[in-house]
Amino acid sequence: MSASAWGAAGLPACPISLRDYPRVTLAHGAGGRLSAELVERMFVATLGGESLRARHDGARVRVGGRGDVVITTDTYVVSPLRFPGGDIGTLAVYGTTNDLAMCGARPRALSLGLVLEEGLPMDTLWRQVLAIRAACELVGVEVVTGDTKVVERGKGDGMFVNTTGVGAPVDAPAPRPARVRPGDAIIVTGDLGRHGIAVLAAREQLMIETPIESDLATLVEPALALLEGGVDVRCLRDLTRGGLASALNELAASAGVRVELDEERVAVHPTVRGVCELLGFDPLYVANEGRFVAIVAPEHVDAALELLRRFPVTAEAVAVGRVLERGPAEVVGRSAYGTTRVVDMLSGAQLPRIC
Amino acid sequence: MRLVDEFRDAAAVRSLVAAIESTVTRPWTLMEICGGQTHAILKFGLDQLLPAGVRLVHGPGCPVCVTPIEMIDRALVIAARPEATLCTFGDMLRVPGSREDLLSVKARGGDVRVVYSPLDAVELARARPEREVVLFAVGFETTAPATALAIKTAAAGGVGNFSALVSHVLVPPAMHAILAAPDVQIDAFLAAGHVCTVMGTEGYVALARRHGAPIVVTGFEPVDLLAGVLRAIRQLEAGEARVENAYARVVQAGGNPLARALLDEVFEPVDRAWRGVGVLPRSGLALRGAYRGFAAEERFPIAELRAREHPECIAGHVLRGAKRPTDCPLFGGECTPTRPRGAPMVSSEGACAAYYRYRRRADGEGA
Repeated sequence: MSASAWGAAGLPACPISLRDYPRVTLAHGAGGRLSAELVERMFVATLGGESLRARHDGARVRVGGRGDVVITTDTYVVSPLRFPGGDIGTLAVYGTTNDLAMCGARPRALSLGLVLEEGLPMDTLWRQVLAIRAACELVGVEVVTGDTKVVERGKGDGMFVNTTGVGAPVDAPAPRPARVRPGDAIIVTGDLGRHGIAVLAAREQLMIETPIESDLATLVEPALALLEGGVDVRCLRDLTRGGLASALNELAASAGVRVELDEERVAVHPTVRGVCELLGFDPLYVANEGRFVAIVAPEHVDAALELLRRFPVTAEAVAVGRVLERGPAEVVGRSAYGTTRVVDMLSGAQLPRIC
Repeated sequence: MRLVDEFRDAAAVRSLVAAIESTVTRPWTLMEICGGQTHAILKFGLDQLLPAGVRLVHGPGCPVCVTPIEMIDRALVIAARPEATLCTFGDMLRVPGSREDLLSVKARGGDVRVVYSPLDAVELARARPEREVVLFAVGFETTAPATALAIKTAAAGGVGNFSALVSHVLVPPAMHAILAAPDVQIDAFLAAGHVCTVMGTEGYVALARRHGAPIVVTGFEPVDLLAGVLRAIRQLEAGEARVENAYARVVQAGGNPLARALLDEVFEPVDRAWRGVGVLPRSGLALRGAYRGFAAEERFPIAELRAREHPECIAGHVLRGAKRPTDCPLFGGECTPTRPRGAPMVSSEGACAAYYRYRRRADGEGA
């Protein structure tokens, strides 16, 4: 490291401009460009080995020379703790095990870290523990270790949950961004934006005539069915806070390709679309917790769709785009009118517009 | 929502484009007023569908963009006060003041909250009597009635710990200023449908006549926007300059009488600075007599604000349609949505943000 990279105290200079961001803002956690910069420049560049640099949902590691395991971790800070269609406990189990499945692994074990806020009703905690148990049973995974901390009132939003998942790879080539190649088809497994709008509506008590439920669901079975069913799956990615647009941008960047999205093929529930119109959100950037993107070999699209349609949670899967040439990463949206636009990474959090 | 899909229909879009092509005989420049329209045009690529001579330039209708920097600096000072809770709409959090934005004040511990309705701020004041709750109220005629209602509600309920930093502005004075400016040549306007929902269309009649420019009240979906363009071009080709309503499913000539009465009761028109544009006569709303006690400026007197714009930012020219975002030396380099130097790069309605978001690489422009 050159001398100029060292600050006055002899530490390496912070890779995030302190002039622009002397402090962490909410936008650094929103899954958009600022989140990506923080992860890329500070965490990956400083801490990263080969696994972290691959920028997948989890990492494949060799433990003691007896085959690989896949490991992933996620922290859940949703407010309110219960929302239409789910709760933080279920989310913490499904979210992490979905990430394992996206790495081509069957979930085996979970750790559970709880940060509880002083004053949290005991009954609320109990309900979340029951939700965690029910979700684990459904996924077929066990909580094998855990940790509990309590922070003073006002220093936590009721409860924060961290889960780390360990899984066993299935017998198929590991899906990962490096396997993506031009011509591949992009499949999305259902309509978009339900989770983000359900949580927003519950948090802000928006009056919506037709309540929308989160799409929160376990994706383990359909994802592994693709891999075990012989489909040439190049990469899988579940859609979370930054929505489809952020997932595709991340994939395009990791794989070094341009991708094209046929926007009229992307399904959005009428209520989700209505709320998005009202608040100035683009459903492509709204959070999901029960959808994933599958990038598959072009000759395997029909087989993949046929397999996915056997599972209720992925019954509405459609091919929505394709991988174009290698080159600078870019996501191009094609409208029903034949016009095109850039579908960019979101810069910060989507904020409700004014008029 | 069928309501939306119907107005995004591809066949309807194609037939409108064909009608525009067969109507137009020479170049015309149209300005869409509202930033929501600008974003829809760029998002759906409608400008790519128009004949080469038909040029769309983007108007000043981005509420956070035109909020004067002094007002933002004032909000920043208030938000940093320990006793104050500052409530505003989401977009406002990232608009740069002279030195920082509200999101940074929030990260330092300032109590800054996003509200979806001004009434939420009154409710918050009621629930937290020990706090001074300040609503930073920005926006055009569309959002002003909700602010008026909040202030009236606070007055009726004796909510003494509520106040408002009112920065509402009115669209017609800005249109007049643009038409009168020597460096901008606009042949016709697509007026902002939502604004007309409140105010009606009468306010534009004199403007159209005086400047000889057609004004077509236009919606926000692709079919609405192209219908607005078609009607404006038909008038231009026929040598007419009328106010025409192409958004009749939503807008009535008289607007919303209840909302207008509410505005008249709570606010009065005043001269107001528009960020990057300058002071426009009778273009802003300020609290009227009986309600003046709710002005946050009175509760939080601030000795002196020294506002400072980024010297190279051309936001003022962009807001008047005199320049395009891509003409700016900062665009896409020093100024991005992640690190905005000017307000139009922030907002979901700002023209610079629209160009950055939908066009940057596809056109080979910018970063």
